[in-house]
Amino acid sequence: MRPEELLRPTPQGLCCPPGDFHIDPVRPVERALITHGHADHARAGHGHVLATQETLDIMRLRYGEDFAGSTQAVTFGETVTINGLTVRFHPAGHVLGSAQIAVEQNGMRIVVSGDYKRQADPTCQGFEPVACDVFITEATFALPVFRHPDAAHEIALLLKSVAQFPERSHIVGAYALGKAQRVISLIRQAGYDKPIYIHGALQKLCDYYQSQGIDLGDLQPATLEEGDSRDFAGAIVVGPPSAFVDRWARRFPDPLACFASGWMRIRQRAKQQGVELPLIISDHCDWDELTDTIREIAPDEVWVTHGREEALVRWCTLAGIPARPLHLVGYEDEGD
Amino acid sequence: MEGFAELLDRLVLTPQRNGKIKLLADYFRETPDPERGFALAAITRDLDLASVKPAMLRALVAERVDPELFAYSYDYVGDLAETISLIWPAPEQRRANRPPMLSEIVETLSQTSRREGPLLVARWLDDLDASGRYALLKLVTGGLRIGVSARLAKQALADFGRVDVTEIEELWHGLKPPYETLFAWLEGRGTRPTSLAAAPFRPVMLATALDEADFPKLDAADYAAEWKWDGIRVQAVAEDGMRRIYSRTGDDISHAFPDILDAMDFEGAIDGELLVGRLGENGIVAGTFGDLQQRLNRKIVTAKQLSDYPAFVRAYDLLQEGNQEMGEDLRPLPFSERRKRLDAFVEDLDPQRFDLSPLVAFSSFEELAAFRSAPPHPIIEGLMLKRHDSPYVPGRPKGPWFKWKRDPFTVDAVIVYAQRGHGKRSSYYSDFTFAVWTGPEDDPSLVPVGKAYFGFTDEELRLLDRFVRENTTERFGPVRAVRAEPDHGLVVEVAFEGLNRSTRHKSGVAMRFPRFSRLRWDKPPREADRLEALEKLLIG
Repeated sequence: MRPEELLRPTPQGLCCPPGDFHIDPVRPVERALITHGHADHARAGHGHVLATQETLDIMRLRYGEDFAGSTQAVTFGETVTINGLTVRFHPAGHVLGSAQIAVEQNGMRIVVSGDYKRQADPTCQGFEPVACDVFITEATFALPVFRHPDAAHEIALLLKSVAQFPERSHIVGAYALGKAQRVISLIRQAGYDKPIYIHGALQKLCDYYQSQGIDLGDLQPATLEEGDSRDFAGAIVVGPPSAFVDRWARRFPDPLACFASGWMRIRQRAKQQGVELPLIISDHCDWDELTDTIREIAPDEVWVTHGREEALVRWCTLAGIPARPLHLVGYEDEGD
Repeated sequence: MEGFAELLDRLVLTPQRNGKIKLLADYFRETPDPERGFALAAITRDLDLASVKPAMLRALVAERVDPELFAYSYDYVGDLAETISLIWPAPEQRRANRPPMLSEIVETLSQTSRREGPLLVARWLDDLDASGRYALLKLVTGGLRIGVSARLAKQALADFGRVDVTEIEELWHGLKPPYETLFAWLEGRGTRPTSLAAAPFRPVMLATALDEADFPKLDAADYAAEWKWDGIRVQAVAEDGMRRIYSRTGDDISHAFPDILDAMDFEGAIDGELLVGRLGENGIVAGTFGDLQQRLNRKIVTAKQLSDYPAFVRAYDLLQEGNQEMGEDLRPLPFSERRKRLDAFVEDLDPQRFDLSPLVAFSSFEELAAFRSAPPHPIIEGLMLKRHDSPYVPGRPKGPWFKWKRDPFTVDAVIVYAQRGHGKRSSYYSDFTFAVWTGPEDDPSLVPVGKAYFGFTDEELRLLDRFVRENTTERFGPVRAVRAEPDHGLVVEVAFEGLNRSTRHKSGVAMRFPRFSRLRWDKPPREADRLEALEKLLIG
């Protein structure tokens, strides 16, 4: 069979006609397989959702109990049979519970990697390469200028700045699911044991991570009660990236804006967003991780989704691997 | 190199002056000689390196990266040095055990020919990380623009060594990279370096602003008055064949003014105002500040610029007569005495290039106030008051000298764009673009005439911020367009010091030193000023 018969792009997202399901659909469908809990991949309103327990928990936290008609939890490596074809989830290393989905029929296997990374991450299970005929890869940072440094190096820059400017509060912008907990966890690994203050939007997810055995240390709300004399001088505050341009940030003395994101590799990006201390910490593969992964898996064919597809397709062509862009819509290119 | 690269990364993104000073001072503290000295020289642009052309860098990268992938990347990043620094592939085997030091790079480059340059650069690029590569490329292409002036770097040195910045300025031109004697002195390990250079800079004496409340305490008989000219304050120093023109902060700007240098056939140090103008029958007629700008910040001056915009120095003071060895330091003398010596000194100079700033005779401050409101020349920006008995001391002491500026011009303008501020103001829309009306009376449109980001209180900033958020019509990154219609919008009274013609702005005018003087919540935008009102203020 041709791979296009097994999986094909549609306006709803990737569709598997023989299995009658969609993967990470951007619109409500009858049966959805979800790779991870980020909002552009995991949407509410599907009839039935198959995902890891963590991803289901995260969707429930974000959308409430009624986020789907029914759900089914799957563990990594477990074989699920749907309409006579086989589906397996494998760790993707992106955020807690994130998975790649391997779809197989008649000896043809396609791996949908979702979002993934190869860098170490103390808050989730590492990426597992799975041999396949077609590998579907993201391309968020698919330009050879994106090379993420060691995350510990970036955290060292943050802690140095905290020591250097003790009268200011360091506000770290980090996406609420995954990045925020990873940054906090890295700060703890670097030996920082003072309380870390968090924006209200992070509370539920941080509590959930802690309940899953990921130690984030002493977290306190970055709120001021009436008459509170604390001023957050010298503190590290973590909040969603939108928060530090928001009026919320005004409670901090002379805030020093930091942003933990792979986009911070580009100086102009940092400058435009008023970021004083860029922290290049990403939950997506950088260029080398993408190309090394493709080499390692050595699929017959590569399909490229959201991001800078053209550069990765070009690389595959130079490497002699058939590749094409999928042109899926609805996935945020910016979120990291 | 890694420490230097990290410093540059931070400096580029740190908007606050104090933050930059702290970063620099900490760097000087934790970095050994000669590394920190070369870093300092790179920042103050006192390093003279054989430069590497961008085309050579492109050739180096073309040998290593697929041209199509490079094109996608360059298109995305936008800056050549940054693209190359990021895309440079790690070599199969790293050659060095450690990345090169900045000092090694500077010392090696100063001894190499232009032809060998690119090979060396390629090897260093292999040995450095992305930040280090960026710093290296900016250094060797001469494009190190990081928002740090030489003055700011000197202030950081002063903070680091707990000395006054004027002491650094005074020494600066006698020192060479990597400044080891300077650092030794600042760390208390050595004696203060003596300036051996001829024609050194002498730290400038500045005036404080005159407050109306000061008058009762002042006696008109104690002060001399002179006009305050709207040029740039300079020091013209000639000694033992060395001729230099310094800015107020001690930067050497001689290269831009060969016409004045030619006429400096004296031994001494003159404090004065650099202006553009031509000698007429009754002395030099000064041009506008706009004319002067044709001569500022230029690496090379053309013959046409020299003939169209001849420069001269209008002398205020004489600090040194004769050379340092045989002559006399006049700074301890009273102003009245220095002024007499200056009158005699300038008499012998080329009248096309040097003249005297005339004293304004007056008997009472009321009389002086009348002069101030009707100055005899459009580029006078007010009056200076100097105590007859004042010695020339560096810095800005309160009392001996006052500046009494002309009242600012004002215009009623409409806010059209607002941008988020930095640091403490990063959550406020605090930088405003304002516009005035132009076009037909019955169908006018707004044309931006300037930007301002101060002149309001914290409380007013809160109100301005709320106005912007509630009246946004469009967003462009950190910038918002706000409603500005004849009957809906916000009028502000903007004060400014002068107006120049500008070819860079659509309105054709550029304001000097604009700031908000009042928020006119009461005034409908249709009653704001028209561009013609501003054009009337254009001089020259």
